Amino acid sequence: MTVETAEHSAHTANAVIHPWWVRITHWVNAIAIIVMIGSGWQIYNASPLFGFTFPRSITIGEWLAGALLWHFAAMWILVVNGLVYITLGLATGRFRRKLFPIRVSEVWADFLAALSGKLSHEDLSVYNAVQKLLYLGVILAGIVIVLSGISIWKPVQYQELTAVFGGYDAARYVHFIAMSAIVGFLVVHVVLAVIVPKSLRAMILGR
Amino acid sequence: MPRIRKAIPGVDPKLLIKDAGKLLPEPSRRLFLRGAASLGALAALTGCDIIDEESAENTLRVVSQFNDRVQALIFQPTKLAPTYPESAITRPFPFNAYYSEDEAPEVDKDDYKLEIAGLVDKKESWTLEQLYALPEVSQITRHVCVEGWSAIGKWSGTPLKDFLVRIGADLKANYVYFICAEGYSTSIDMPTALHPQTQMTFKFADEILPRKYGFPMKIRIPTKLGFKNPKHVMSLVVTNDYRGGYWENQGYNWFSGN
Repeated sequence: MTVETAEHSAHTANAVIHPWWVRITHWVNAIAIIVMIGSGWQIYNASPLFGFTFPRSITIGEWLAGALLWHFAAMWILVVNGLVYITLGLATGRFRRKLFPIRVSEVWADFLAALSGKLSHEDLSVYNAVQKLLYLGVILAGIVIVLSGISIWKPVQYQELTAVFGGYDAARYVHFIAMSAIVGFLVVHVVLAVIVPKSLRAMILGR
Repeated sequence: MPRIRKAIPGVDPKLLIKDAGKLLPEPSRRLFLRGAASLGALAALTGCDIIDEESAENTLRVVSQFNDRVQALIFQPTKLAPTYPESAITRPFPFNAYYSEDEAPEVDKDDYKLEIAGLVDKKESWTLEQLYALPEVSQITRHVCVEGWSAIGKWSGTPLKDFLVRIGADLKANYVYFICAEGYSTSIDMPTALHPQTQMTFKFADEILPRKYGFPMKIRIPTKLGFKNPKHVMSLVVTNDYRGGYWENQGYNWFSGN
């Protein structure tokens, strides 16, 4: 990590950390995911899987019909934007460069360093191993939440996909767990962006 | 000045109010987003109402209509809903309606007549005896509620497609619209009406359809959400005009296919 940082820091002073397409898809995704989560919580409340519901003050849609309208509108933004992001991430080689390789030993070392406040954020263009794992993980959670969502939406037309998740009822749990993973990521992600404000600037201005 | 109420003979004031509601301009009608608070978390995050209620509602309505068309494209006319063994049947099968079980309409079996209207050749009404004489098929399928829960049940009756052919319905019409005893209504697209599992149901779990599940007839559609499966059906209308339905008119997606 430190060796890589040294190599990159020489040319990062004026280099673009996040190209335009990463910044645009990031913020479009931020809006879409907030609407999806907020309306999804209201939909959950109509038939809770667990012994709790979400307070209406933090949900979107006010009642089931309103929440469904928001959910099935924002899904298009989430999916189209997500496809653009994944396509460009693969095509430009950004995923390969930024997210791989992920080594278990490095994840552990960087995790401990982060906990003790010694993890460097000097060079924002290089992700530490914990970041790599979390960013890859949230992309996978995003794929799972879309596929399980399609399984719940179309359990007859796409019944083969629904079966992959263990049937209609099981797909609802998968959808909920993927949501929980994304919300967990968001909490860490937002807290760290506040702690390291220049990372927020880089996601807006590119550098 | 005291208000004077004058009843007009022969006019039901309730119906009058209902009709007046239809004539009101769009923005005066009840918005299905139910007030500015519908933006809930969004408003809380931004500290203001970033989107005005009416334009948000109009946008969402347009997207919902777009989703109707997408779902019509996704719908495969011959793809069957999964079927299950008897052992998978949910017991007891949940009662669900916008009223309680003891408020379910009581339809007299002797007086009952299924009215036929719209784009059909034979508009004669059907008695229950005549309907029961139709060929019977059964299905054990999953009922999926718009709320998220699901339950497996066994329904028996006659395929709607066969009935539509029998009454000489225009199978190229856009919609089949159902009106129910309690004032409920819904409408479905013709491809769904012609789907092999779409059924005029007279029995639940091999017994005459009980009152709570829609006596004397419900329309069982395993390719649609539960609220698109009307109970206590009194009239069947084949039409090219969009008529929506009880829940659809309050903002629920019209196609609502599974």
